Amino acid sequence: MKQRTFVRTLVGAAVLVAFSGAAYSQQVVKIGLLATLEGPFAAGGADGMRGAELAIKQKNGMAGGRKIELIKASSDAKPDVAVNATRKLVEQDKVDIMVGPLSGGEGIAVKDYSKTQPNITFINGSSGAQATTLVSPSTNFFRFNTEGAQWMVGLGKAALDRGYKRVMVIAEDYAFPYSQVQGFMSEYCRLGGKVPVKAWVPLGGKDYSSVIARIPNDVDALVVVLGGADAVNFLNQYEAAGGNKPMVGGSITVSQDILNYKGKRRDSLVGTIAGSPIADAYDAPDFKAFVADYQKNFPVSSGAYPSPSLFALVYYINMKAALDGLDAVKGDLSGGQAKYREALAKMTLKTPVGDVKLDANRQAIGSTFITEVVKDAQGNLFNKVLRRVDGIDQMLGIPKDQFKMGSRDEPNCP
Amino acid sequence: MSAAEWRNAMNAGAGRLAMGKLLPQKQGQTTFSDPADRIGGKRGLSLFLHIGLRHVVVLAFLLAFPVYATPFLTFQIGAQSLALGLVALSLTFLAGYGGMVSLAQMTVAGIAGYSVAIFGAAGSSDAAISLGWPWWLAVAVAVVIATLCAAFIGWLSVRTEGIYTIMITLAVGVAFYYLCLQNYSVFNGFQGFQRVQAPTVLGINWREPLPFYYLALFWSLAGYFFIKYLLRAPFGIALQGIRDNPRRMNALGFHVTAHRIAAYAVAGVLAAIGGVLLVWYNGLITPNSAGTSWLINILIIAVLGGMRHPIGPFIGAVVFVLLQTFAIDLIDRERFNLVIGTVFLAIVLFSPDGLLGLWAALKSRFASGSKFPTPRGGSK
Amino acid sequence: MTRFWQWFWSLLLGVPLAVFVVWGVWDNAKLFFITLLNGLTLASLYFIVASGFTLVFGLMRNVNLAHGSLYLLGGYVGYFVAEKTGYFVLALAAGFLVAALVGLLMQVSIFRFMQGEDLRQTMVTIGLSIVIADLLIWGIGAQVHQMSAPDWLAGPLRDIPLIAAYSKYRMALLPLGIAIGVLLWLFLNRTRVGMMIRAGVDDRAMLAATGVNVNLVFAVTFAIGAGLAGFGGVIGAVELSMVPGEDVRLLLASLIVVIVGGMGSVVGAAVGAIILGVAETYGLAYAPTYSVVFTFVILAMVLAFRPRGILGAAA
Repeated sequence: MKQRTFVRTLVGAAVLVAFSGAAYSQQVVKIGLLATLEGPFAAGGADGMRGAELAIKQKNGMAGGRKIELIKASSDAKPDVAVNATRKLVEQDKVDIMVGPLSGGEGIAVKDYSKTQPNITFINGSSGAQATTLVSPSTNFFRFNTEGAQWMVGLGKAALDRGYKRVMVIAEDYAFPYSQVQGFMSEYCRLGGKVPVKAWVPLGGKDYSSVIARIPNDVDALVVVLGGADAVNFLNQYEAAGGNKPMVGGSITVSQDILNYKGKRRDSLVGTIAGSPIADAYDAPDFKAFVADYQKNFPVSSGAYPSPSLFALVYYINMKAALDGLDAVKGDLSGGQAKYREALAKMTLKTPVGDVKLDANRQAIGSTFITEVVKDAQGNLFNKVLRRVDGIDQMLGIPKDQFKMGSRDEPNCP
Repeated sequence: MSAAEWRNAMNAGAGRLAMGKLLPQKQGQTTFSDPADRIGGKRGLSLFLHIGLRHVVVLAFLLAFPVYATPFLTFQIGAQSLALGLVALSLTFLAGYGGMVSLAQMTVAGIAGYSVAIFGAAGSSDAAISLGWPWWLAVAVAVVIATLCAAFIGWLSVRTEGIYTIMITLAVGVAFYYLCLQNYSVFNGFQGFQRVQAPTVLGINWREPLPFYYLALFWSLAGYFFIKYLLRAPFGIALQGIRDNPRRMNALGFHVTAHRIAAYAVAGVLAAIGGVLLVWYNGLITPNSAGTSWLINILIIAVLGGMRHPIGPFIGAVVFVLLQTFAIDLIDRERFNLVIGTVFLAIVLFSPDGLLGLWAALKSRFASGSKFPTPRGGSK
Repeated sequence: MTRFWQWFWSLLLGVPLAVFVVWGVWDNAKLFFITLLNGLTLASLYFIVASGFTLVFGLMRNVNLAHGSLYLLGGYVGYFVAEKTGYFVLALAAGFLVAALVGLLMQVSIFRFMQGEDLRQTMVTIGLSIVIADLLIWGIGAQVHQMSAPDWLAGPLRDIPLIAAYSKYRMALLPLGIAIGVLLWLFLNRTRVGMMIRAGVDDRAMLAATGVNVNLVFAVTFAIGAGLAGFGGVIGAVELSMVPGEDVRLLLASLIVVIVGGMGSVVGAAVGAIILGVAETYGLAYAPTYSVVFTFVILAMVLAFRPRGILGAAA
């Protein structure tokens, strides 16, 4: 077995030596695409890949006058697996541009890896952790999507407008919910809201009975930052325990799972507000064109959703950025891709949900939606767009010296 | 016992007994790992020549490999296999030669990795948990802590019979995973520690593929030869005796429990070194690095390679890493678990000695003039 | 143990416990009693699943690490049956039967040929657990499947003194667990097959020597053990939802219950389940980041002082 590996290595090395001479391949640009195709985010990862493929299809597989070759890889939301897959794409398959990964923890790990490959450009997939571009950012890692905290800007004010003066936060105990809660609370606390209790649920725990037992009687609403299916679980247990307070949702809370909830308190979901980078019912022409294009290229029969998910939109945005950048430099990736990166850093990206520019850390300054759950004529629940908030940067409007990243204890206003 | 039986016993491999019947009242054979190694003199000389060529070829290949291979192959395949092989070696030592299948070896490696991250310099996005000690101090402390934990796990596990070891070590391993996942003050929870990087020593950056590969190779060789030596030393022989018949060894005056705990500690040292290498390889450590799937993966690697000889885990690790890396080119990467699980099942059902056993069976089938019919035999 | 040591250990464990109880009731009585109920109902689920595990282990010395996968399998089957037919009881039965069938298959086609090779059997169960888990992901997908409680069990029980309201479904788990326990006890102690199983746990060779068809007894036991896992899976699908990863969680819980309570003893499984369920729930309620440590400390203490478990018999 060792002999076989040895011979294969020799042959492989010979082939690589033969072809690595040129500074860049004349015709083809190789783009690596990484998403989680295993584990609980598998469906989201598959949709993300569809979004990226849609961006390439819209440009007929060419950008900057060169043909695009897409090489896919998969991970399972574990950072070490993501880095291994990225390393294989970059060092073995020799991609020029890397798009991915999907989840927050993976994003931080891939960003750290990108520092060891200064001649390749890394663009985010959909990872939404604050730390990726705030803590030791990498000069060749670009994120054209807004992150978890930015998605919640505007929700604090909307909650206060409804009369929720005291809320309890129920969220999972890791980085993404921290950033979501920070995005909500920084505005909410500043405008006078109070958060007496924060319940951080351990990851993987499905038993919300202890949390429910701790809900004080005097809070007006529950801010629930749980994944859609976990939110259904929570709602089930909450309802069974006799609870009846309204909810304020995080970006992945008020998803199709919870909107199709069959429980007795279904009607109580009407009026739930949430902050999210995508809203199914948004009726701007750009967005409707995007949805129509998605539906045309990926019919439901092929396994796609009836309407693009958050992952499809975000991967689409990032891949579009990669391709628009190639257009801007007319496909010139020479000189360690310096011109390409400059173009990326300076460009104003037109996305189906508004314009995106990058800040000094190569993090997107973009938009988010405040939505509300309403019932339509047939009695189905859907997310109506209340308003779109633009120009949100990663500092969330807080002066830089006062800004602290979201954690279990930050921000605090009991 | 007749002479033929004696030779049979001497030639039989460790793995056969590990996977075979583990009845407590086992009559008879106390086997040794490699009888030829114990004898010096004239037989030793011919033995030296016999061993020499095979070993020299493999060693030369391992040393020259990075020169011809791409940095990717050196780093992702070579170094990763060596580090994983080292951790799996600790399991082979415990299971094959000690009769104790411990699923907590990756836990020990994880403890070492976390200690390096906590005591050394590491980045975590918000909390400043790392103490920032110099790397050599952090690594030394990490190995010591991990070995102590391994001894503690051993102490918990040895007080019951052999089959319970799997249950108890699995429970300990998963409990550690949940501890890392849910604790924030020490382990930083789900996020874990990022930017745990190998240091730059004497101008050589150990993060680079080539130096890291040689570092991993050095420690793997050290571990391998150490185990080979230990197995021939009184400690190792006594351990194998305890594996085969603890009652008899007890009657002979050996302190069975202490021996077993010491074996856990030795295995812990190996796993700790492997854990430090792995955390440097990945550049990060999260609870999943010591999660259930990795606990079982180490077992798969050890069984895949074969528990009859210390080279087994390294062979298993190479196959495992190759499958893991290139599976996406051949089949769906998503079905990797199915593939590896099926391979593992096939090995356990049909060739409990793993790839080494298959190799030995093939060899004996084609061997001519073999004086002692040893169906699973062969001195290696 | 001498009387002195008995008093010593009772005080060492009992006094902090009593202090905690007094403090808990004084601090927030509602939370304390809800947590107690939560712990007992969780213990019920753990008992149902772990009793199957201990039955298989006690008789056949087979550490069935695929027990968690059987739990998951039963849960998914129950989910789909409930979705199609709408009957919860049917889902329970389906979960039990399918898991029992798979367990029977495993015993008859694989384990029967490996009797005596405990370690090898365990390795096979590990391989099977990986394969089954991945097949389930392949076939069903990795999203969360949340089963809803049947209508006659949905919603809260109101007007309970002090607590005000508690989930009807969870409350129903208490009598269910007790019922299963009693049924199992009756089965083991009042039927012929049960008598054979108990005899086999004590001395397998003797059982065969008396002319009993040991393979049949093994097959029945494995089927019941696996069926209990599947049954627990359906119950868990409502309370905890089904997602890959639940199999490991429930396997760990079964392991700890059996180690703490005693291997091969159903009463031991009950004791272990109560200890684990209550400890875990109180840990989650009062000190969430250290709840696992409590569990582990209990495990370590039992292993240190009674390696066979609290009610375990010498092998």
